[in-house]
Amino acid sequence: MNITVKVDGTSYTDEVEPRTLLVYYLRETLGKTGTVVGCDTSNCGACTVLLDGRSVKSCNVLAVQADGHEVTTIEGLADGETLTPVQEAFRECHALQCGFCTPGMIMQATDLLATNPSPTEDEVRVGMEGNLCRCTGYHNIVKAVLQASGQPASSGGEQA
Amino acid sequence: MSDAATEQGRDRARVDAPLKVSGLAPYAYEHELEDPLFLVPVLSTVATGAITGIDAEAARAVPGVALVLTHENAPRLALPTIPTLAVLRKPRVRYRGEIVAAVVADSLETARYAASLVRVDYAAPPSGPDVRLDPEDPGVRPLRRVMGVYPGQHTVGDVDGELAGAAYRVEGHYATPVNHHNPIEPHSMVALWHADLGPLATVQPRSTRLTVWDSNQGVVAPQGVLAGAFGLLPTQVEVISPYVGGSFGTKGMPHPHVMVTAMAARKLPGRAVKVALTRPQMFAGTGYRPETRQRVALAADEQGRLRAVDHEVFAPVSRVIPWVDPTAGPSLSMYASPTRRVSYRAQHLDIGPGTFMRAPGEYTGMFALETAMDELAREMGMDPVELRLRNEPEADPESGRPWSSRHVATCLTEGARIFGLEQQQQPGGRREGEWLLGMGVASASFPQMGMGPSLARITFTGGRYVVSMQASDIGTGAWTVLAQIAAQALDVPQDQVEARIGTTDAPYAIIAGGSTGTFGWGSAVVEAAQAFRAEHGSDPAEGATTRARTRMPQGVRGVRRMAFGAHFAEVAVSEVSGEVRVRRLYGHFDGGRIMNPRTARSQLVGGMTMGLSGALFEESYRDPRFGHVVNADLAGYHVAAHADVVDIEVGWVGEPDPWMGATGAKGIGEVGIVGVPAAIGNAIFDATGLRLRELPFTPVKVLEAWESSGPAPAATVR
Amino acid sequence: MRPFTYERATSVADALRRTAGASREGERTAYLAGGTNLIDHLRLGIRETDRLIDVSHLDLTEVTELEEGGLRIGALARNADVAAHPLVRRTFPVVSAAMLAGASGQLRNMATMGGNLLQRTRCVYFQDLSTPCNKRDPGSGCSAIEGLGTYNALIGTSDSCVAVHPSDLCVALAALDVTVVVEGPLGERRIDFADLHRLPGDRPERDTTLERSELITAIEIAGPGFARRSRYRKLRERASYAFATVSVAAALEVRDGQVADVRIGLGGVSHKPHRALRAEEVLRGGPATHEAYAAAIAVEMEQARPGPDNGYKVTQLRRAVPAVLSALTEETA
Repeated sequence: MNITVKVDGTSYTDEVEPRTLLVYYLRETLGKTGTVVGCDTSNCGACTVLLDGRSVKSCNVLAVQADGHEVTTIEGLADGETLTPVQEAFRECHALQCGFCTPGMIMQATDLLATNPSPTEDEVRVGMEGNLCRCTGYHNIVKAVLQASGQPASSGGEQA
Repeated sequence: MSDAATEQGRDRARVDAPLKVSGLAPYAYEHELEDPLFLVPVLSTVATGAITGIDAEAARAVPGVALVLTHENAPRLALPTIPTLAVLRKPRVRYRGEIVAAVVADSLETARYAASLVRVDYAAPPSGPDVRLDPEDPGVRPLRRVMGVYPGQHTVGDVDGELAGAAYRVEGHYATPVNHHNPIEPHSMVALWHADLGPLATVQPRSTRLTVWDSNQGVVAPQGVLAGAFGLLPTQVEVISPYVGGSFGTKGMPHPHVMVTAMAARKLPGRAVKVALTRPQMFAGTGYRPETRQRVALAADEQGRLRAVDHEVFAPVSRVIPWVDPTAGPSLSMYASPTRRVSYRAQHLDIGPGTFMRAPGEYTGMFALETAMDELAREMGMDPVELRLRNEPEADPESGRPWSSRHVATCLTEGARIFGLEQQQQPGGRREGEWLLGMGVASASFPQMGMGPSLARITFTGGRYVVSMQASDIGTGAWTVLAQIAAQALDVPQDQVEARIGTTDAPYAIIAGGSTGTFGWGSAVVEAAQAFRAEHGSDPAEGATTRARTRMPQGVRGVRRMAFGAHFAEVAVSEVSGEVRVRRLYGHFDGGRIMNPRTARSQLVGGMTMGLSGALFEESYRDPRFGHVVNADLAGYHVAAHADVVDIEVGWVGEPDPWMGATGAKGIGEVGIVGVPAAIGNAIFDATGLRLRELPFTPVKVLEAWESSGPAPAATVR
Repeated sequence: MRPFTYERATSVADALRRTAGASREGERTAYLAGGTNLIDHLRLGIRETDRLIDVSHLDLTEVTELEEGGLRIGALARNADVAAHPLVRRTFPVVSAAMLAGASGQLRNMATMGGNLLQRTRCVYFQDLSTPCNKRDPGSGCSAIEGLGTYNALIGTSDSCVAVHPSDLCVALAALDVTVVVEGPLGERRIDFADLHRLPGDRPERDTTLERSELITAIEIAGPGFARRSRYRKLRERASYAFATVSVAAALEVRDGQVADVRIGLGGVSHKPHRALRAEEVLRGGPATHEAYAAAIAVEMEQARPGPDNGYKVTQLRRAVPAVLSALTEETA
């Protein structure tokens, strides 16, 4: 069927099969390969995008469900060369190693900070629960999200 | 300038970070190619037997299907040196999850659907598959060698005599489960067999016949395997792998999908064929850390000096590749003792083979050894750090060779001070509500292997220095660190140097494995930089280029090189649920010179986090009725998530090791994971008095231990 | 994924018409709401359909107050919205807490209330097409009984199935007075929550008592009023983001040191969300003490029939239920 989706600010109209997952529509049809597939069973969170501003796992949504809606991917965050504060914090805090989970982490952190602009450390950990990092850089990812929220990220670990 | 001061100067953000935070780093599958085809493998649903028929008519009839590949129509290839790669050759199955067919179609949806329609009939062997682990099986045999280099049987002195007459003695049986690497990027590949190259192409050594974009730990492995199988020269196979989404050992050697995808490309010249394994397919056919059953016995004199170290390992082995981890390795080298015995036994099964997984052997063996050391310290009433200090070996106990450097004692004492290690005389006395608190310590080690020299080339072009080699960045930061090493050796600002790695179009380098990358590749880069300056001076002409190789100091074979560390854990154990939470984890390491503190910290913290994950959660359950892992996705196989990782920090000695080549760095990718489960288990003992000897420490194990150790202490919990 | 057609229902009646029409043609249909569970199943081949009927655009998302302090929640309200809704948080905190304990932010943004009720077991054999499973493939056998048994059910199991219901929300609802409103070919039907899910018996392929083509339109929570003081505790292996080994939803009313009333829902123990009626019965009118709570759950657990690998769940419940009730007691004091 024909769908019209606004992706990263541009409107696209395409013929898709009803069974096509949103993530494959983004990757194979639109070439937005920044949104990656890690587990294929809605567990790892690497494929997270924003659907009408709210985070979803795009391996778990059909492209036809996005018809008439707006999608933001990792490729649509930066304004030219200017990174968003979340992206900048991930770069700065070394919140990435292999980088494969990074797009999903950044999208979920973007959603988290939109609903809770000043989260505590624990709120970050729970708010990011659906995103797995295997390298595994959780420590720095939490720091990056806190830094992006404008809160001073401590350089070392906090006492439990 | 002191090394610590220059270390500060080496603290650099990753050069690949801007791409990675923008979704612009192309991993294997992310390379955009025109009009690609999609391959989906079909896996066997039996563990062993003959394929009596494959009905692919329904799959072939699906519009969009370009090819159904089976043993009946697969290209005939030379027999590969890696036995798992001998796929689609014969109508037989060697393990459950072996690739028995593959469907190629013009969309992923079509390929997946068509693959589900392929019907394979099997004839099981009369005896049924042999997949049940059993240490008492009559087929269990002692091993002579492990991984080709470690002794399978090794005895020094009268171990039994010392154990019988010792002042103190502990003995325990330990078990570790199957673990799967689970990098977040699945094993992925794109293969393109070049069409219409003209009649002379086959004989031109520089003419690329096959290009693959592959997720691996080193381009040289798929290049060699594919060239050999397809009768090509290595130079005719181009491998491009700039970014790799994690590996931990599983992408070190090619797996069957690599061969099958190249076969499909061979039959469909001119079309790019893409594959990305699903998570269950990764569990089936990309290797794993094999399970172990271990027995460790220690004897000590009145002063806590070890008199005997006895370590027995039982492991299952795949009949396809006899992979066994060198689990008893730590018992050969960690502590001084006049007597020592190491022995391995193995049971051969119809299962897929294991492979390297972050610190193979050291991880499982150190869990047993360092738990046993804690048991001994408790038995003696001795401080666990002190017990370890008393058994520091002057030289490598196994070989007698001197250490290149060994700062275990510093790691233990400095680490204990920074962490604030305080254990209870009597476990179970510290609590916060339902949570019992405790602390534990364990040592870590990882051998520094020589994997052979790598080559690096430095070229001056456009006012910048380009350092190129086949090195691979699997998340370690190699893109950044190699450029840093070059800049330092060339004495130029880092922004004047760029690395070019992850391609066969570069000088040969060893794979990113065995924690050898930074010192092995780094030494080649330093050599190349020095040779470059010697040849071209400080004002080189455009295009000036020099190549050099890794060089290790003369006499390096006469010393024993290892990285070391000590882990400290504080845990809370719930009396209500049996859940274990790690509140703090601190590691202090002897990793030689630290090349970039930022990337080094990530490697060590990452290893420790994976160790925490293995200690508490990770277990692949291979169902003995079927022969495959049934909890084969990231919902069934738990890895640590954000909330499990509260406070992890690292420190290091930072002393360069002159025997590690020009960098003075030891490999640190693996030592971080070694010993973590023992430190956590020892902390659980301190918290609860429960000695857990089987990984992972799930609520089931904690509660069962509690139930069997008498009345529940939780009766008054509120 | 097997190909299917996709269509959007314009109203509940339209959805039912489409399903009835498809049924006459011999076509299989599935309703699509958030799709978080269904799409995984379509992809894995656990479920096949010819026609996917998207109902997610229907106007069934309101949370409204009922008389006497109850709430009516539209079946298509998103889990994230309901969990954050002030009325829900104030009236039935256990519902909000249970929802936030489940899945992840991304899934809660998509998943609907009705869909949550209908999510299917995470039993690994149910999800693995290469192994027998009576729920997925009736008559093929149950692989879980003698297989990976750590997460198996222990109450109300049968020789055909030992799967557990995976929902957190449903454990909270089991402890409350809930009616599920469904619309079917014969009009509206109101189902007591306790009657929505079934025990496996010899028909484990049926999770619920819903008839073919029936559509959940709303969930009505009438009480009890004392559920303003209620808690949800989920025991799991990871600190977050894992299905429960067991879970406890409880509401408690204490007067003069006596249990005036109590509600207890248990998760991870059965094919359906389990209400601990026996324990409640023992507790009503008795002392509000830890010892009494422990004795009550012990009575409840007499019906448990654990297998070789899941006996720890009994231990967890015998410790967690008193802990949750004691915490509620202290809150009351």
